[in-house]
Amino acid sequence: MQKIAIENGRIIDPANQTDSIGSLYIAEGHVIAVNETPGDFTPDIVIDAQNQIVCPGFIDISTRLRQPGQSHKATIKSETRAAASAGVTTLVLQADTKPAADTPAILELIKDLADKADYPNIVTIGALTQKLEGQELSPMLALKQAGCIAVGNAGKPVSNLLILRRAMEYAASHDLLLIYRPHEHSLGNKGCAHEGAVATRYGLPGIPYTAETIALAQCLELAEQTGCRVHFGQISCKRSLIKIQQAKKYGLDVSADIAIHQLHLTENDMEPFDSAYHVLPPLRSDQDKQALRDALSQGVITVLCSDHQPHDLDAKLGAFPETEPGMASIETLLSLMLKLVNDKTISLSQGIAALTCNPASILRLPSGSLSVGMIADICVFDAHMNWTIDSTTWKSKGLNTPFWGSTLSGRVTHTLQSGKIIYSLN
Amino acid sequence: MTENLQLNSDGKLKHFLTIEGLDKALLTEILDTAESFAGMSEQQVKKVPLLRGKTIVNLFFENSTRTRTTFELAAIRLSADVINMNIATSATSKGESLLDTIRNLEAMFVDMFVVRHATSGAAHFIAQHTAPHVSVINAGDGQHSHPTQAMLDMFTIRQIKKEFAPLRVAIIGDILHSRVARSQILALNTLGAAEIRVIAPKTLLPAHVETLGVNVFHNLTEGLKDIDVVIMLRLQKERMTSALLPSESEYFKCFGLTPAKLKIAKPDAIVMHPGPINRGVEIDTRVADGAQSVILQQVSNGIAVRMAVMSMAMQARGNG
Repeated sequence: MQKIAIENGRIIDPANQTDSIGSLYIAEGHVIAVNETPGDFTPDIVIDAQNQIVCPGFIDISTRLRQPGQSHKATIKSETRAAASAGVTTLVLQADTKPAADTPAILELIKDLADKADYPNIVTIGALTQKLEGQELSPMLALKQAGCIAVGNAGKPVSNLLILRRAMEYAASHDLLLIYRPHEHSLGNKGCAHEGAVATRYGLPGIPYTAETIALAQCLELAEQTGCRVHFGQISCKRSLIKIQQAKKYGLDVSADIAIHQLHLTENDMEPFDSAYHVLPPLRSDQDKQALRDALSQGVITVLCSDHQPHDLDAKLGAFPETEPGMASIETLLSLMLKLVNDKTISLSQGIAALTCNPASILRLPSGSLSVGMIADICVFDAHMNWTIDSTTWKSKGLNTPFWGSTLSGRVTHTLQSGKIIYSLN
Repeated sequence: MTENLQLNSDGKLKHFLTIEGLDKALLTEILDTAESFAGMSEQQVKKVPLLRGKTIVNLFFENSTRTRTTFELAAIRLSADVINMNIATSATSKGESLLDTIRNLEAMFVDMFVVRHATSGAAHFIAQHTAPHVSVINAGDGQHSHPTQAMLDMFTIRQIKKEFAPLRVAIIGDILHSRVARSQILALNTLGAAEIRVIAPKTLLPAHVETLGVNVFHNLTEGLKDIDVVIMLRLQKERMTSALLPSESEYFKCFGLTPAKLKIAKPDAIVMHPGPINRGVEIDTRVADGAQSVILQQVSNGIAVRMAVMSMAMQARGNG
């Protein structure tokens, strides 16, 4: 295996509270030294990281890669290529593959596809219920033994609260984290946009914020009762943040993430009937966006994710309510995080932590830091390099982004996974 | 975007998808043009050759008799050739996408689509994807917009009341699901009506409805005070089963327009309804057929307004 030296970069490693100019030395897939050149170390490759930032590779806690089952939308190969170009070294896959990730065989298949794509760090959230139907418990222990790091229902309803309770009890029995996107489907009422002034103006069926807060409140109650660790995915509104903050103060072992686009876009940014803006949870109000930013800044929420959902053209070609929700967003993850730093919403260290050590800690992954001895999952990026979002540089098969034509700052120059360069800009 | 999509480079109406983004001058131009067509129905020869040789396709993905017929009549009176497509029994039921249906028809050298669809934004989608030489007229999309209905209502109001500035208008009933109400509110605000009120129980009002520029009332008696124009909306009976209202009778008791309740409005108030009406559900027969009702006048005006919009859109083609 090649020995690599990354020299003269600004090393930011929030797990170790490091922020200094220095060099990093990698051998046998691991970080073997930081700043001090190890004796008899002759690098095979030297990466000059001057004026660039060197940090742990990003861990994206919510992605869809569309394989198995929907390879007409995207493949593990195409999306891991996109992830590598975005500095993401660990992808956390939601359980709504087709078929759902409710058997060890599906997890094995995903692992196999990941290996073939030369991107082994795909970790899967196992299905909470069989076929994600919310009726019967999945074989969680078998899923855990097959490598799943958490369980979840991928936004599909578990309408019967008794089943949710039992599932949480069972998950807690096997020390499995529940990753839960709170959404009360009956209140969501087949909506496609935030129930607010914009949806009213355009006659779009609305999703009230209570669809999220009520589901969240129910799950919090059950978390306390069952002792299940819960991570809430893709929180979108102010009232949810208040509940999470209260629960944390009360001592509950809960955490949450925000999809990066929710921190930049609101209902008011939606181009009328442009399906690129069709996401779930929907783009909320300006007040919600500000509350989400405040929560991130104050540490109520500690994780950012892309909520990457590539689609084929047909899925987005239609009248807004009839199109499929979701953005292809992994490639804009870093730039949109840096925009928060430029806006002074968060510090650079906070932003990197939200993509590295914080998700690693919640998921109990042996990555997310640059400590000596750690697996060398590393991202090197130029925070000031501008790029225009266009199809000539876009790697994902999903072309569904509302950011086409935008010029953003922040470009990954090198991505290393287990000490191997999996992406290089030039 | 909506504005640009509807107007050509000269600011003329190329597609008619929504009232939003259109200014008072353009709405007035539609009304004035409609005025020139208004007397035609009473003449012996009910045709002008403005759209001779043009092909208009009525694409109705959702059932409608009244609207489709008035669009058809408007097209015939402009001397266009009209094809009515009942999409429920055609290609899309065989799995063809909306876009493919449009593109196939386009390939037959159609000049204009009149579109009704159950989904908000469908007319926009078609206008965005259709060839530059084709105009799209929205005949009602989901809960979003029904601009020609709103303009025929404005035409009727102007016929009777002459000016919009002093008017207080009440819109009563199922605002939540009503594309007509949304378009009426936009048109009335653009034309400068003094006040627009919406009167309905909360279950029939969309969230933040006040942001549309209306005052909200949940009590019919209070809401009708000093009103010049009363617009009743159809209460869609099928919606009463989805926990929106307890019963027809309770709705009629609270929000049904009876002769007694109408007396609360100004004595010369007019009563309008986009139709079809549910007698005894939202409106009493004595009001529907009464002296203050202009419901049938609205229907007649529908043809003139649609002729106006079709002829304006056809003239605007070719300029971007």
